[in-house]
Amino acid sequence: MPVNQEFKPTIVAFCCNWCSYAGADLSGTNRLQYPANVKIIRIPCSCRLNPMFVLRAFQRGADGVILCGCHPGDCHYTTGNYYARRRMTLLFSLLDYLGIEKERTRVEWVSAAEGAKFAATMNDFCQTIYNLGPNRRLEDLRCKSE
Amino acid sequence: MQERVIEKAAQLLESGLCSRVLGWKKGEFFYDVTPGVFTTAQEVRNEMVFTPFCGANLSKYLIAESRKEGKVAAFLKPCDTYSFVQLQKEHRIRRENVYAVGVQCEGMCDLDSLTALNLTGITGAEGLGENLKVFTLYGEETLSRKDALSLRCNDCKSKKLLDCDEILGESGEEQDSHRFDQVEALEAMTAEERFAFWRRELSKCIRCNACRNVCPACSCEKCVFDNPNSGVENKAAADPFEENLFHIIRAFHVAGRCTDCGECTRVCPQHIPLHLLNRKLIKDMNQLYGTYQAGADFETKPPMLDFTQEDPEPSIITNGRDSG
Amino acid sequence: MKIWKLDRLQDLFAALAGERTLYIPADVAGQAKFTPWEPGMEMTKALNTNRSAKDLFFPQVEDLAAFKITGRQIQVEDNREDVEDFVIFGVRACDARSFSILDKVFLEEPADTYYKNRRDHATVMTLACSRPEATCFCTALGIDPQAPGGDVSCWVEGENLYLQANTQKGEALLEKLPAMEEGEKPQGDASVFDRLPLKDVDFSVFSEKALLHWFNSPVWEELSRSCLGCGSCTFVCPTCQCYDVKDFDTGTKVKRFRCWDSCMYSDFTMMAHGTNRPTQKERFRQRFMHKLVYYPNNHDGEIGCVGCGRCLRKCPISMNIVKVAKALKEGSV
Repeated sequence: MPVNQEFKPTIVAFCCNWCSYAGADLSGTNRLQYPANVKIIRIPCSCRLNPMFVLRAFQRGADGVILCGCHPGDCHYTTGNYYARRRMTLLFSLLDYLGIEKERTRVEWVSAAEGAKFAATMNDFCQTIYNLGPNRRLEDLRCKSE
Repeated sequence: MQERVIEKAAQLLESGLCSRVLGWKKGEFFYDVTPGVFTTAQEVRNEMVFTPFCGANLSKYLIAESRKEGKVAAFLKPCDTYSFVQLQKEHRIRRENVYAVGVQCEGMCDLDSLTALNLTGITGAEGLGENLKVFTLYGEETLSRKDALSLRCNDCKSKKLLDCDEILGESGEEQDSHRFDQVEALEAMTAEERFAFWRRELSKCIRCNACRNVCPACSCEKCVFDNPNSGVENKAAADPFEENLFHIIRAFHVAGRCTDCGECTRVCPQHIPLHLLNRKLIKDMNQLYGTYQAGADFETKPPMLDFTQEDPEPSIITNGRDSG
Repeated sequence: MKIWKLDRLQDLFAALAGERTLYIPADVAGQAKFTPWEPGMEMTKALNTNRSAKDLFFPQVEDLAAFKITGRQIQVEDNREDVEDFVIFGVRACDARSFSILDKVFLEEPADTYYKNRRDHATVMTLACSRPEATCFCTALGIDPQAPGGDVSCWVEGENLYLQANTQKGEALLEKLPAMEEGEKPQGDASVFDRLPLKDVDFSVFSEKALLHWFNSPVWEELSRSCLGCGSCTFVCPTCQCYDVKDFDTGTKVKRFRCWDSCMYSDFTMMAHGTNRPTQKERFRQRFMHKLVYYPNNHDGEIGCVGCGRCLRKCPISMNIVKVAKALKEGSV
């Protein structure tokens, strides 16, 4: 990427079907603005997020990955997000241990009623990633070359 | 101890209690011991050994051996017994087909630890106790077994023998080990330094899969990295990303099931300190979810299959936390 | 024979590196490895590199081509790396022999142009052994570790490095170096090679009986029993040459590359109907039959092993070609 070209981060947001995906919908219906470079991938529950998905998102060009799910206690499947919480905590810690910027990954609980929170979270996360710059430590060079 | 192991093995076969014995078979040199299955007492007396070089963890072989007909006697060192219990917890071993003989362990040596002492041309060694007499093409040297211990045995976590039908020697206690020291040293570095450290180490990986195939916790019938339909199957790391991917996913997949037996690091032909990945996860789980040792008992729920409503949020990582 | 003072070895490296890229066996992250020389880089003290020298001709991963699809057009790109002349210093006799074994596979018609390209651009400077490891058994395979071959043979004796060109390529390289004294190499002490514990392993038996005799031997079952099915032995082996061709979809194009494969893997030569080596016994047998029987059958009896001893040191369960050869000969384990 030439230096003078402005960096537009690619964000992958994994959203649980029941809360956060509906929250994203709500923020759209309410015409709240959040950057278009957030790519939402709907998953049935936050605990469906295999660590492999996170890594492959980075491989395929993501600069930041965020997981959104129901608030703890509100999981449609009762306990899914509790497991997701442990898993992501450990995964993020391991990535940090490997020297990969810990700010590139985030978990946020967004309910179906929190359209405003969804938009605010995405705006904030995009700004964080913008400040960090492009993902270099977990990139696949083959996917970046033209 | 060697005599007792051999005698016990022969006796188990002769008495008909077991039809097979899983133990260690001697090699060309003193140090190249191969795990092997013996079916006759004569075979045992001719070929079985128990030397300071019997580092291989035999528990994983029990997955296959315990599914065969007849009872198999397995000689297990303390760390092997942790894997043995963990594999039972995961319903991978048929306990009723195994006669477990626990063997007291004084720590194991390996060729790498001898090479690290600047010994070359090692043609053999002698000694089953505290001292090792090493013969090389260029002379001989006597050294203390303690100095030649393999990397992982210096950090031995426990000498306890778990779930054995019989014990040779004595079952010991959990040890005051320093196994997390290096993890802490890494944590104290900056992200840049850690990244450089792991790049240096993981870029040596040749994807021989020895770490995975030897690992008692890696007992999937078909690994995701071998499955062409998984989308991540690869035979070699064609990009540095794939080096990271394999080791992150592997460490993560065994989180809460890894007993820290250290086989991954022992077998790595490129000497990558893979145990540091597993130990980081163990340390984190201990810190965040309460102390847990995989394979220590049959009852405690593994942390990754459990939760509490008060668990910390993942932001504890992003926002920084005390390293204590 | 030319003479170079050992205490000025760095000057020799500098002179060679001035010509082209120079690879020497150096310690990188605690491992001896053939590495592009930079000023000040010392040779490793280890007898041999952790991985073999075949890496320089047959790398673990190599781009073959790329395909870009736009509409109905498929554009094929030749994306192989440009290879410039390079020189490898410090190749041991075993690895030097491995090149000739690989040549018979890759340079036979139709020649593998990727491999050939690297071979053509390389000048190999070998180094005679004087302090072998106990796991060395090249002498059992008719290799003289003190006459290592290659384009230029080198010996270390006392204070000096002795250089002898064996080929035109080697002569051309030596001519470009600063003028050197001429002299004869003193006879070194070779008695250590007679003490090598594995010097008498008998590899001649494999040409004496038919292929099926070895294939059906009862010993395979027992030998392979504790094999983990990892690829350590195949990946550190200087003569293992199997590879797989794979495609990677980058999102904008498809990259075709090849990478080492291992007969120890369950998906080795996987076909539409499945695998033809369903258990580790068959996979294990494949590796050793290839080295000891198939390769010699196709190449005038030459064994596909060079006795470098890497697999003896690296196998996690210490099973190796020496144990296999002995067990096969005896017919039992």
